Amino acid sequence: MRKIFALASIVAVLAVTSAQAQQTIKIGVILAYSGQFADPSAQMDNGIKLYMKQYGDTVAGKKIELVRRDTGGIAPDIAKRLAQELIVRDNVDMLAGFALTPNALAAGDVSAQAKKFMVNMNAATAIITTKSPYMVRTSFTVPQLNQTLGAWAYKNAIRKAYTMVSDFGPGHDGEAAFHKGFRDAGGEIIGAARYPVANQDFSAFVQRAKDANADAIYIWTPGGPQPAAIGKALAERGIDSNKTKILGQGELTSEDALKNMGEAGLGIITAFHYDYNHQSSTNTAFVKSYKESFGRNPDMFSAGAFDGMHVIYEALKKTGGKTDGESLVEAAKGMEWESPRGPMAIDPATRDVVQTVYIRRVEKIGGQIVNVEFDKVENVKDPFKAAMKN
Amino acid sequence: MTPFTLSEPQRHLEAQIRWQPVELAFWLATLLPFVFAPNYLVLASQIAITALFALSLDLILGYAGIVSLGHAAYFGFGSYTAGLIAKWGWGEPLTGLAAAAVAAGVLGYATSFIIARFRHLALIMITLGLGLLLAEAANSAGWLTGGADGLQGVRMWKLFGAFQFDLYGTTAYTYSLTILFLAFLLARRLINSPFGLALRGIRENAVRMPAIGAPSPAHIRKIYTIAAVMAGVAGGLLAQTTETVSLETLGFARSADVLVILILGGAGRLYGGLVGAIIYMVARDQFSGINPQYWYFWIGTLLIAVVLFLPNGVLGGLTRLMRLVRSAA
Amino acid sequence: MIASAFGVLFDGFAYGMLLFLLSVGLSVTLGMMNFVNLAHCSFAMLGGFVTVTLTNDLGWPFLASLPLAFLSAALVSIALERVLYRRLYGASDLAQCLLTIGIVFVSVAVAAYIYGTIQQPVNLPSYLRGSVAIMGQSLGVYRLFLIGVSIVITAVLVAALEFTRFGAQVRAAVDNQRMARGLGIDVDRVFAVTFALGSGLAGLGGALAIEIVGLDHAFAFTYLIYVLIVVAVGGLGSIAGSFVAASLLGISDMAGKYYFPELGAFLIYFVMVALLMWRPLGLFGRR
Repeated sequence: MRKIFALASIVAVLAVTSAQAQQTIKIGVILAYSGQFADPSAQMDNGIKLYMKQYGDTVAGKKIELVRRDTGGIAPDIAKRLAQELIVRDNVDMLAGFALTPNALAAGDVSAQAKKFMVNMNAATAIITTKSPYMVRTSFTVPQLNQTLGAWAYKNAIRKAYTMVSDFGPGHDGEAAFHKGFRDAGGEIIGAARYPVANQDFSAFVQRAKDANADAIYIWTPGGPQPAAIGKALAERGIDSNKTKILGQGELTSEDALKNMGEAGLGIITAFHYDYNHQSSTNTAFVKSYKESFGRNPDMFSAGAFDGMHVIYEALKKTGGKTDGESLVEAAKGMEWESPRGPMAIDPATRDVVQTVYIRRVEKIGGQIVNVEFDKVENVKDPFKAAMKN
Repeated sequence: MTPFTLSEPQRHLEAQIRWQPVELAFWLATLLPFVFAPNYLVLASQIAITALFALSLDLILGYAGIVSLGHAAYFGFGSYTAGLIAKWGWGEPLTGLAAAAVAAGVLGYATSFIIARFRHLALIMITLGLGLLLAEAANSAGWLTGGADGLQGVRMWKLFGAFQFDLYGTTAYTYSLTILFLAFLLARRLINSPFGLALRGIRENAVRMPAIGAPSPAHIRKIYTIAAVMAGVAGGLLAQTTETVSLETLGFARSADVLVILILGGAGRLYGGLVGAIIYMVARDQFSGINPQYWYFWIGTLLIAVVLFLPNGVLGGLTRLMRLVRSAA
Repeated sequence: MIASAFGVLFDGFAYGMLLFLLSVGLSVTLGMMNFVNLAHCSFAMLGGFVTVTLTNDLGWPFLASLPLAFLSAALVSIALERVLYRRLYGASDLAQCLLTIGIVFVSVAVAAYIYGTIQQPVNLPSYLRGSVAIMGQSLGVYRLFLIGVSIVITAVLVAALEFTRFGAQVRAAVDNQRMARGLGIDVDRVFAVTFALGSGLAGLGGALAIEIVGLDHAFAFTYLIYVLIVVAVGGLGSIAGSFVAASLLGISDMAGKYYFPELGAFLIYFVMVALLMWRPLGLFGRR
């Protein structure tokens, strides 16, 4: 009896869906709008909004509608439930968003099971895109940046490095990737420390790193309060950036981290794929309209979401408004475009992002403390998946 | 020979054991989502799991006076046990759930020796500390738990070889609700037994009970272990129905949430955790759907309002209302 | 090695002093009224945001903003005490938990609404930045400042508690509330004033914490655990207990990270559990 009821209601729902599908395309956006990771999610939401403002809310003759859901932080069980509900209850045609890896991994299962297109606009652990054949990523992968940085460091006369990473998955990935890039090039890791995820005061760790007397200290930290705390500890311990280079992934010197660090951040070298200070006409226009709309500069989260919307819009144009996972992902494979971050593409083999990795140094320009690009590595694919194939 | 008559206290106890019509109505109502809200079954299954978790906390908080801020330790331990077994190739749900129960029970029994020795703030903080230590251990043991990315590769077989865990959550809700009901029957029986009465005695006065022949520490260890088993089952259910396990199942936030849920519903009433879970999770789902960034504001306001107007939780308020209605009639 | 041991001790002590400022108010009010105020860190967060607004938006000097951080947290706490807390003095611990957690939720949402979800920067005057060399060891100027402020405050608190009439009333109320009432002490008023002072100190702590640990809308949640740990380990209602517990936890946390980084986050929890198992009432607790 129960089953019949359930079946009947599913049939009813499907009937309604196909009727609705004529006019609108629904995108289910899953982000951590509240809690500790609210800011990245807010920036991603802004990126989505800006794209829709610039390119309209109609594609291939259909209206785009967003359905937003909050996971409240790292909560794969909730993310999975929300993805299921978005599909069965709200009848969304695709899933998008995902600031956090565990949530993206859990929703990936749903995308695979329901055969829905999914755009991972941020979560950066390499394996995520293997979860669903209908998923693409428009942010970056941790190995893409850090392995590149490791190899770059050796090329630039750094021989001995000390590493210091946040003691959880992404930190371990960053550590492994940097070690691999650096060691493969010929460098030597003379010490490696991991600090607790919830660490607040870094003076002890920084002192330890300083005592190791390396050519460079590599740091991997998630965004939030830690980058600034690390930067201040570095300055307080008197680490001379001419003698000991400080290397890291771009979060270390994000805009609000630099605001908090002040001059303490000068000289830090990071590898990243996007910064509001990137010099190109596309980016200047992007930053300008972003600032006008939201009163602040875009960051990598905004760029990931903005480019994610680009993939969705362009794929829909190619399919003529067809929304099944198969058509959309085929349309997205191999897509190439000029993003605010520079040239980027979706790797047809792995559905992952291909882009330029910029090497930047923190400098003071006209009274502003900013990341200045001084070197770059073009067309970087995710090295993790390249290694998986061998 | 005069017929055997019940004394006043005995009659009171008998009345408590009897099933009330409102209880039957409650359990029948749990079947309504199948008919009226088939698109909400995934949420319903997670409410049932949270309700089971809150019920397990009620056993120790409501009936033995143990306030715990680390109850998620057993939930998460059960979750990882069920998840790992499935990951290692044995995806049969019921045996996996049994394993989760056993594992959490063993952990609960081991820690119960510490728990039984302390009270008040020290007890709260020790439960908190043990919970955080376990969460840190799980984070460090990334090779086993998958660390912050969560446990990958959990694949469940069909329930009874026939029912797949589907996108609509039909199987998940049926499964979770059935387990919740069975656990509830067990808990109900337990608290109405002499053992349950002794526990309530300990809650009211821990010093006096040993004097009348009820060994407090032994009782506390027993109920604590039972509660841990139940929390482990709840965790196992979550792992199986979502096929994911994350560090967050062990986290402080989960311990605090379940405490809030139980107090919201009303501790020491068996149904408190169930009602609390329904109200909290439905409210959260609705508020965060409407206002994903600031829903905390509304849920906070709800909690404050409940405390001010219904001091003994929602169920306490309902009971009072019923009494008022009855005395008026 | 000795030099670095001194450095670790110094940094740990400074961190401990921060924890002390954040938690001492809660310890005293919990000890006096048994009122479980989980929203204590919301007042700290308020103080932090007041300093951020004053220094960044209105151009106040950092030092001048500190008294206002104290005052605003104290004033808001008085208002809340009148409107909400007072109604629950006789209620169960659990009801108090639920009320104050509700307040935390609301405060977090309000902070996110007004200030957004970013990390708040604070601009220190140049004389509080950098480090000075003392005995061959470079010590952060701000940390020295933090320690100085905390020691002054502790001295004032202890003196006030020992040598003033009000202090005697507070001690009486902490020791035996019923007896104090019997002696004609207006415990409710004493409590309200203590509560405001404690919240004010939390507000000051929140303002001072920005430089070391940062500030965002989730602060009220993040620091709740640490504050509870200090209160429990120190013992309820004891200023000395909070002081010792906070320094102990700060130093052991820092030393653990320096000497055994692989233990990382374990150490502070482990120390807490061990201390509480040894002394369930806390180091200086009597009840």
